Amino acid sequence: MSSLSFSKTSHLDWSVLSVDGQIDSKTVGQFQDALNQISVDALRLAIDLTKVTFMSSAGLRALLVIHNKASAQGTTLSFVGINDDIQDVMRVTGFLEHFTLVSTLDDLAVVT
Amino acid sequence: MTYQSNRVDTHPTSTISGFEVRPGKPLPFGVTPALNGLNFSIFTSSGTSCTLVLFRLGEIKPYAEIQIPESFRVGNVYSIVVFGLDIENLEYGYRIDGPNDFASGNAFDQSKILMDPYARLISGRDTWASDPDWNNPFPYRSRVPLDDFDWGDDKQLEIPSQDLIVYELHVRGYTISNTSEVKYAGTYAGLVQKIPYFKSLGINAIELMPIFEYDEYENSRDHPETGEKLYNFWGYSTLGFFAPKAAFASTGHLGMQVDEFKQLVKSFHAAGIEVILDVVFNHTAEGNEQGPVLSFKGLDNKVYYMLTPEGYYFNFSGTGNTLNCNNPIVRNLVLDCLRYWVAEYHIDGFRFDLAAILGRDPLGYPLSNPPLLESLAFDPILSKAKLIAEAWDAGGLYQVGTFPAFGRWGEWNGKYRDCVRRFLKGDQGMVGELAQRVQGSPDLYESSGRSPATSVNFITCHDGFTLHDLVSYNDKHNEANGEYNRDGGDDNYSWNCGEEGYTCDEGILQFRLRQMQNVLTILFMSRGVPMLLMGDEFARTQSGNNNAYCLDSPVSWVDWSLLENNKHLFDFTKALISIRNNHPSLRVNSFSASGSNVLGLSSSSFHGSSPYQPDWSDSSKQLAWMFSCDLEDSSSADAVYVFANMSQFASWCDLPQLPDSATWSIAINTGDRASPFARDPGSPFNSNGLLVGEHSVVVLTT
Repeated sequence: MSSLSFSKTSHLDWSVLSVDGQIDSKTVGQFQDALNQISVDALRLAIDLTKVTFMSSAGLRALLVIHNKASAQGTTLSFVGINDDIQDVMRVTGFLEHFTLVSTLDDLAVVT
Repeated sequence: MTYQSNRVDTHPTSTISGFEVRPGKPLPFGVTPALNGLNFSIFTSSGTSCTLVLFRLGEIKPYAEIQIPESFRVGNVYSIVVFGLDIENLEYGYRIDGPNDFASGNAFDQSKILMDPYARLISGRDTWASDPDWNNPFPYRSRVPLDDFDWGDDKQLEIPSQDLIVYELHVRGYTISNTSEVKYAGTYAGLVQKIPYFKSLGINAIELMPIFEYDEYENSRDHPETGEKLYNFWGYSTLGFFAPKAAFASTGHLGMQVDEFKQLVKSFHAAGIEVILDVVFNHTAEGNEQGPVLSFKGLDNKVYYMLTPEGYYFNFSGTGNTLNCNNPIVRNLVLDCLRYWVAEYHIDGFRFDLAAILGRDPLGYPLSNPPLLESLAFDPILSKAKLIAEAWDAGGLYQVGTFPAFGRWGEWNGKYRDCVRRFLKGDQGMVGELAQRVQGSPDLYESSGRSPATSVNFITCHDGFTLHDLVSYNDKHNEANGEYNRDGGDDNYSWNCGEEGYTCDEGILQFRLRQMQNVLTILFMSRGVPMLLMGDEFARTQSGNNNAYCLDSPVSWVDWSLLENNKHLFDFTKALISIRNNHPSLRVNSFSASGSNVLGLSSSSFHGSSPYQPDWSDSSKQLAWMFSCDLEDSSSADAVYVFANMSQFASWCDLPQLPDSATWSIAINTGDRASPFARDPGSPFNSNGLLVGEHSVVVLTT
């Protein structure tokens, strides 16, 4: 059973959840559990996916669900460090147009 | 407590083969989400038992077989909810037991694992031309997509038919060449990258050659002389009616073709361009008696196929079998399929391949009121979708003008194509028919109460010569197809303009260009819906091949370097589209319109060297037509005058007079090599007439 590892930090005025591993249908439950623990009171939430090497369809859907949830509760959400291959998939399947993406944690400084 | 957690049916009732299950719901067919599980539903009228077979993604052998209890069967439908499945890594199929007796039409075989005819996602051919494992006994697998795409505000565009400009293309062929300069070459995503090009050209509908899942390896073979691998490139052979072709998706290897194709539709809609699908319901990929058993044959052979009394497959499609479209079960399948593509993919319309078959009864006889065609015409979900018939089949039924339309169906007008081609090359006796064709073919459609936009006018389509080849070859040159030039049509009505194929004779090249301009002008200055074949606007060639169905090669790929070389033809086509958009008299969608009161002109009229005196004689090779209408404000009006001279002599043309309030201006003159279209449209032309060159077309507008 593959698993994800998480670390919670903060950077600038952002709460940061960093993820390490592959997000697919087998691990997406862990990802959602981790999000549920963090997203309730954070006003600015960054999800650092720099160490995520692969995201399946289920993983991308989880991102969109958390994005919609964040929008509904007024949380500003950014994704950090999504690799080019995953970005390609997100672009051609329409997921990308919903999200704010930055390359590194320091780039969060320019997100309004 | 939520509504869902309180439901009784969120819990299994029994365990079969280690899986928690409960009786399913028989409708809808296919797989639908159930609470905590998946609902599987499959029809078989003569099957005696049904087993659901589950695979982990990509594994050769199943990991579970669940025989569906007879107590779960309702009528002829087996359904079951299975709990705890990992949708993303699931593939499934069915085994059906039952009689196997050729003459009775039953072909049940429990050793076969069958695809779900309602599968919305199919794996097995995820990457184009990636050599399959020929030993895999179950090569195509049904999968379960979520169908949860975020469409935002998107909906069908509902562009009025008479305003459409259709562009036919093959998804892979359009951008796979490295000259296309797109990142996602040969895919849905690559096509999206060409949207700025479509906008620049001005078309407002793309018609995609088949994108339902098919197998490019069906009947694949090596060319007997060159050894080149020949494929089923075009895809007119459906494996799954509900599934988009995986190998056309840059994300097919991830099983995300459903999302990628929906994103295509959403992107085109955002650009104001409709998406029309070429759909193939006349036959399937299972072939005849020798063909493979993939789905329908093993589920209910005699329901899905037209069979002779001896149990053989009727072959009205020319490809081995014929789908039994007017059987009520099959009719519902077709209806469910089209509803799905409209509701779930926001598809704007359909072009039905060999649609005459859809009007045949189970023994192949043409029906006068085919129930399938009627159902489609009056369906509430399909009511804004364009329905376009290829109104003939390979069994000799030719219904252009007589296709049972129920006030809804448009037609690919093969008679338009043939007439205009023959007029273009200077055949005698065409002028009378041409007058009908450019008006939207009232001789075919008026008496049955249909309108000009019934007629999809085209000169070329995927089937046959490209526009460039139409004016460059007298004969087909299909040697690359590996059938010794026997395949492909011989009735091309083409003319090479003096030399067959390649030439460096500048005079011939100039003449060919003018002929292309001539026929494009006639196309866009006709009433009805104009359709352009991919690349014709920059003179794409297939080197004389008029049937490139099996070629995945530069022959069938669009060579985008031609766009630079033939920019003048692209600019010319763009100008024609612009004229069409700016002049509503070209788009009048009634055969009984009153014309223009403001200008005192009838809706359509015909002329020759002198106004209102067309030369209808057999030897005549010229015709002028004039269309007019009042604009919505009733105080201004529009008129377009076209003089087409296909004789080898220049001809004087006296223009019809306009009232003082209006003046003619020249929009197109293909005889003017330096400037065949007006770069400053609207500058007044103050003479009473002009000389129209030999083999030239002139357009004047108000």
